[in-house]
Amino acid sequence: MKHLLDTHGLAYDDAVRLLDTAETMADVLTRDVPKLPALRGRTVVNLFYEDSTRTRGSFELAEKRLSADSMNVAAKGSSVSKGESMRDTLLTLDAMGVDAFVIRHAVSGSVAQATGWVGAHIINAGDGWHAHPTQALLDAYVMRQHFRAHGGTDWAGKTVAIVGDIKHSRVARSNVWLQKTLGARVVLVAPPTLQPAGISDWGVDVVTDLDEIVDSADIMMMLRVQRERMEGGFFPSTREYAERYGLTPARVDRMKSDAAICHPGPMNRGVEISAAAADAANSLILDQVAAGVAVRMSVLYHLLGGTDEEN
Amino acid sequence: MQLLVTGAELADGTRGDLFVADGVLRDPADAPGDVERLDADGLIALPGFVDLHTHLREPGREDAETVASGTRAAARGGYTAVFAMANTDPVTDTGESAEHILALGRRDGSAQVVPIGAITKGLAGAELAELGSMNARAGVTVFSDDGMCVMNAGLMCRALEYVTAFDGVVAQHAQDSNLAGTSACCHESEISGRLGLPGWPAVAESVIIARDVQLAKLTGSRLHVCHVSTAESVEVLRWAKAQGIRVTAEVTPHHLYLTTREVESYDPTYKVNPPLRTDEHVDAVRQALADGTIDVVATDHAPHASHDKDDHAFGDARPGMLGLEQALAVVMETSLERLGWAGVADRMSIAPARIGGVSGTQGRPLAMGEPATFVLVDPAARAVVNRSASASISRNNPYHGRELPDPVVATVWAGRVTYRR
Repeated sequence: MKHLLDTHGLAYDDAVRLLDTAETMADVLTRDVPKLPALRGRTVVNLFYEDSTRTRGSFELAEKRLSADSMNVAAKGSSVSKGESMRDTLLTLDAMGVDAFVIRHAVSGSVAQATGWVGAHIINAGDGWHAHPTQALLDAYVMRQHFRAHGGTDWAGKTVAIVGDIKHSRVARSNVWLQKTLGARVVLVAPPTLQPAGISDWGVDVVTDLDEIVDSADIMMMLRVQRERMEGGFFPSTREYAERYGLTPARVDRMKSDAAICHPGPMNRGVEISAAAADAANSLILDQVAAGVAVRMSVLYHLLGGTDEEN
Repeated sequence: MQLLVTGAELADGTRGDLFVADGVLRDPADAPGDVERLDADGLIALPGFVDLHTHLREPGREDAETVASGTRAAARGGYTAVFAMANTDPVTDTGESAEHILALGRRDGSAQVVPIGAITKGLAGAELAELGSMNARAGVTVFSDDGMCVMNAGLMCRALEYVTAFDGVVAQHAQDSNLAGTSACCHESEISGRLGLPGWPAVAESVIIARDVQLAKLTGSRLHVCHVSTAESVEVLRWAKAQGIRVTAEVTPHHLYLTTREVESYDPTYKVNPPLRTDEHVDAVRQALADGTIDVVATDHAPHASHDKDDHAFGDARPGMLGLEQALAVVMETSLERLGWAGVADRMSIAPARIGGVSGTQGRPLAMGEPATFVLVDPAARAVVNRSASASISRNNPYHGRELPDPVVATVWAGRVTYRR
């Protein structure tokens, strides 16, 4: 694997290998000295065109835990009317000698375009509405831990519900493709205005009524509602959204006893997720954050750390 | 200059010689024995093409295109007249600015350059530009805010009404800005949904056309619809023409040939507005061009410097693609079977000349006494398009690397050979 751009097209074996290695990395992180020399001498640039707390933080920590030299670059938007083009920024940084770029950008497809501009490895840390593969991998990681802890055999027979703004969500898209590959039944729950064009071709179930699925799903993944959607007329009010699509305490009570709650963060408590749900015993939300470092170490290791044969 | 073109076939299938002398066609029998000859055996002679929709970028963005380079590209494509869109910097929205475009064309043009005037000042969609002054001082009859849709129906109605005083035509870029948001960068479809690219739905075009044809009916004025790209738009136009409404429409080469599948590569070359659509829409506009619902092919030739185009993420790049040099090739590839050569001459020369008000000198029959304005076409030649071989300053050529007809052998504009292979 040279780049990680998307979970669409990621083979089952590769996905499982990334998750397995993440478990090894999680063990490393429990040691007194939670560090490996695997990427010593390698340089990784975290190029973020959008603000990020957890993704950038966990990539940076993952790079340090693997002994890479890492550099954070917060870039300004690259609209044609102002500033440096994205290509020029990449070429400039690449000229300093970079082994890998971790890139977040507001425009779908931009990270894939970057593979045509520089020769380094490229990891997509989120591009527009398109893809956020490491988020989907860490979600899968905590789900697998959860399924195993409850006596399950990974995804067999499991239903994963993804609820909210599917249309504008890279997290939703990357989870759809990865969860399908791993064998889950995926159910998307969204008001019609937040369903993307062609969703019926995705090979998943789509419903508009959250109550249809809440008592049968094994995972309830609640997506963040962005402020611009609240103001954009996609639904009448946050109150109505919370009523119809929020994980309220009453809905938590209806969930199966071994079902769990996920949220990619940051949460709007009281909108898509109630405080009771966020802090519930079966909430995996902090596990997701914790898994972020191990999963990103696994990705960096597989792209940069192995021999050519392993790659 | 004198030139004797021998053995060319005309659009109607007849064969003959064309004797060019002093800018007009003369009796070949009068050609002197030592006249320069061009052997056109196997070639077809058509009236020079007229492009109702060209972005020459001068003044303002001479790093992307100039009147000189854009009209050289036009000549290579067989064009002898181009209508220069108003969205330059400054915008062509006054009599003086329209005169300036005319002057640039006279100085640098390898084809006739006809200014298009803005409908509204600064293309801002708020107040009418000096339509009458542009007409009086520079002969402008075509007005367009192309790039921007005139969203205000009242203002659009007034523009249509106002230009009836001098038989002007209002050319609308039909795109409802509420349905097609500012971030929309491609056709809304299964592909945009899967890739997470903000799309704009096909109906954002046809709802504006449905509104505007009724305004044209109300005012009795002439409406022209730029770059029709959808099946629904075609249906609306068909209805409007059946009512006798004075509406004409154009389709671009790229909407005849390319589809939204191209955006899967995220190559910004394929970002264009209106966006590339699906096969269903491509089939509809081809059929409409063949049956006359769409009157003309217009290129929407839109040069962009690479630092505004492919150095950026798809969503950030400027929309638009080149079109002048490959327009005939694409029309041949997609529509020659249905149109025949006479139809090609109509859609690319005669009809646009009539709509644009230049039919005194362009789109004329190739007969004695007429202007020597024509293109010689090789119907058999094919080649792989190479964007570096372009006369345009820009390289955003969507046909690069594709094998297409390579038809244009020579272009003659008012007796002057503006291109010869």
